[in-house]
Amino acid sequence: MSPLSRREFVGAGIAAGAGLVIGFYLPHGNRFRKESFSPNAYLRIAPDNKVTIVVARSEMGQGIRTALPMILAEELEADWKQIEIEQAGASTLFGDQTTGGSASIRSTWDPMRKAGAIAREMLISAAALTWSVPRSACVAESGHIKHAASNRSLSYGDLVDKAAALPIPSDVTLKQSKDYKIVGQRLARVDSPAKVKGEAVFGIDLRIPGMKYAVLSRCPVIGGKVSGFDDKESKKISGVGYVGKIGDSAVAVVADSVWSAMEGRRTLNVSWDEGANKDLNTAGVMASLKQAATKKGVNLYSAGEPAKVSGRHISAEYSLPFMAHAPMEPGNCTAYFEGTKCELWAPTQVPQDCRDSVATATGLDPDQVKVNVTLMGGGFGRRLEHDYAVEAALVSKAINGPVKVLWTREDDMRSSTYRPTSLHQLSATLDGSGLPVGLSHRIIAPSISGQKGQPVPNGVDPDLPDEAGPVYGIPNYLIEYVLAETPVPLGWMRSVYALQAAFALESFIDELAVAAGKDPLKYRLQLLAKDQDLTYFTTTWHTTRMRGVLQLAAEKAGWDKPLPAGRYRGVACFGCFASYMAEVVEITMENEQPRVHRVVAAVDCGQVVNPSILEQQIQGGIVYGLSNALRAKITIEKGRVVQGNFDDYAPLRMDETPAVEVYAVPSPEAPTGIGEPSVPPIAPALCNAIYAATKKRIRALPILS
Amino acid sequence: MADITLRVNGSEKKVSVSPETPLLWVLRDTLELPGTKFGCGAGLCGACTVHVDGNPIRSCSTPVSQVAGKSVTTIEGLGANGLHLLQQAWIAEEVPQCGYCQTGQIMSAAALLAKTPNPTDDQITQAMNGNLCRCGTYERIRKAIHRAAGNGGAR
Repeated sequence: MSPLSRREFVGAGIAAGAGLVIGFYLPHGNRFRKESFSPNAYLRIAPDNKVTIVVARSEMGQGIRTALPMILAEELEADWKQIEIEQAGASTLFGDQTTGGSASIRSTWDPMRKAGAIAREMLISAAALTWSVPRSACVAESGHIKHAASNRSLSYGDLVDKAAALPIPSDVTLKQSKDYKIVGQRLARVDSPAKVKGEAVFGIDLRIPGMKYAVLSRCPVIGGKVSGFDDKESKKISGVGYVGKIGDSAVAVVADSVWSAMEGRRTLNVSWDEGANKDLNTAGVMASLKQAATKKGVNLYSAGEPAKVSGRHISAEYSLPFMAHAPMEPGNCTAYFEGTKCELWAPTQVPQDCRDSVATATGLDPDQVKVNVTLMGGGFGRRLEHDYAVEAALVSKAINGPVKVLWTREDDMRSSTYRPTSLHQLSATLDGSGLPVGLSHRIIAPSISGQKGQPVPNGVDPDLPDEAGPVYGIPNYLIEYVLAETPVPLGWMRSVYALQAAFALESFIDELAVAAGKDPLKYRLQLLAKDQDLTYFTTTWHTTRMRGVLQLAAEKAGWDKPLPAGRYRGVACFGCFASYMAEVVEITMENEQPRVHRVVAAVDCGQVVNPSILEQQIQGGIVYGLSNALRAKITIEKGRVVQGNFDDYAPLRMDETPAVEVYAVPSPEAPTGIGEPSVPPIAPALCNAIYAATKKRIRALPILS
Repeated sequence: MADITLRVNGSEKKVSVSPETPLLWVLRDTLELPGTKFGCGAGLCGACTVHVDGNPIRSCSTPVSQVAGKSVTTIEGLGANGLHLLQQAWIAEEVPQCGYCQTGQIMSAAALLAKTPNPTDDQITQAMNGNLCRCGTYERIRKAIHRAAGNGGAR
């Protein structure tokens, strides 16, 4: 039995002819927003048998509109064909609505199951009352309650009115994984047909009557401001209407069509007050990290005293550049400000942040701002920002009418937020057998949350607890974080700090294996040989599970089998967002550049909800991670971002994409994150393969710089 | 401004726009066919791919004046008689994640299959390499093209 607390279960009742409605609370489970325990999800079963799940999570490609209802439908014993998901807009009725941190499944697993089970039990009670039979004689199955002895059956729709009047059960029994019929199945994604027909409505596609289009000229220098503008030429472009300053740092050009707005901006002459960062460049940023590295940071993880152990000493320094999310759908938001209210149509991971910051920017109360969440053409963390929404609201207010603000690719590349650049100092002490008895990893990086003015408790960026934990049970092991400062805008990018932490650590472990003269896989397995629980903030990492994914990846990759001449392997493992991941990469070298042919990925993410979506996330994460590893680099010159489009910031294309095999360790544990954990191991696995091929150690990303 | 006539998905359309307007914006804003997507504005990502007289082109970098009198097919017109084989294959192989680039991907694939009904892996790579996908769906795209071609084994 599973007792229900007031926090996770809010209430049930009849909503005027709507049937049975259950409101429940989905905790976010991470730090993006203060939790408030009001319902943020609803289950509605209508008299016509339709089951609607209203969920305040955004779909950006991760399959949430399919996977979340699967969890609830399992416990509800629903007919999958009758399930629909409804997208919630930002509301003060809801608790946290943020989509991020690989959290949607892991944070909703329990409440979704409980909500389904509550409804199921209430429907069983309603049927038992109707037939005057014991509850125990009734069974829920495929959208019906059945009484086998009398061969009677009623659909959920037939029972909802009666069920809604019943008391809410105080506890419910959840199903065992062996009895699952929906969870664990490769059910087809509900959003595929619309997406292949071009009917899916992304933010950019949304139209409202009378809507104008706007593009903004933003100061190219980070932190710079508008000092003046001349719109004489812009106004000559047919269709261009309003041209005006928006905030301190941008000028909007509003027109009847996107193209006219773009042409209006091309011909606009803005003079800038370039401000304090006009001489900033990438070398200066790295120098400031090196300067910060001279300070003592805070310990994220501490076991024993690595500085005091003796043996063979090895150290190395790693670094990573700024990177851009670059989702395929450029930034956009549609807004209609009407004096005392403002409505937004936003492709966003943070509807409530959009609502609150638009309210602040326009002088409205949050309750006067309505946010409708559209589909997103990729997110990867970029849409955890609310900049598009604020711009759209301000332009709408300025023109007193509805408008869509659209960013171009160059806008997205140059006025974005970026994965923090970082510096990593690693040192280890090896014993006589070549194993580390001491290891120290200093992470020197700016804090994303800190830069945004959010709390950085005890000097620890709040993302690090999910993303930079220990992998091995080394007896003397220190992970230290040194907070650096940078004026370059920072954002949460897929896997956030885990990418940097894994690149440095898992490359360094390879260096140690080489120094010890050992096979890098066997070396890692030796480090994980003992069953240990490593407590890191609120997560406990189990060496057993890490060993499990490493062994599975190695076995499927045929690690012990010789490779054809010219092929080389590399391996890496890492844990983040509570999941365990190991990847084996196979490469050849062509013209001194790596070509990745095959990646074997093994994951332990607890119970798999939908294996097809899992494969999508892992294959996609590896392609994303390879783009990061090979070429992703945002550089700054004279305070300006240099890269502008997909020519100088060039993600992976089909010709560079390897075959990716995905294997999951069977597990009855509750599901953990899957959107991000496949990203971090790929760069070190690839660099370790390059070392195997060339004996050259890559200590700075990107590889092809 | 100029009056330009083109055939879009089998119907004749007359638009009044400046002649250098990229076809993309005429399709999306003027003709209200939003299935063709804006990704880069520079012919680098393929999200805006449509067919002009059967050939795949990047509509973001093609002035509408260049397609005057020509026949344009967009994703909305591809499966005019129900879902195109490729669209069926895309669903069967569960290709889309965010889905934003997929209409452009399908248009590139359709142009490939029209000329090369049984493409090899190399031919697929060559035809599809101009289409970016940040969700990393390339492997499933390849499988879906093979499925639609009915030659799952061709390599």
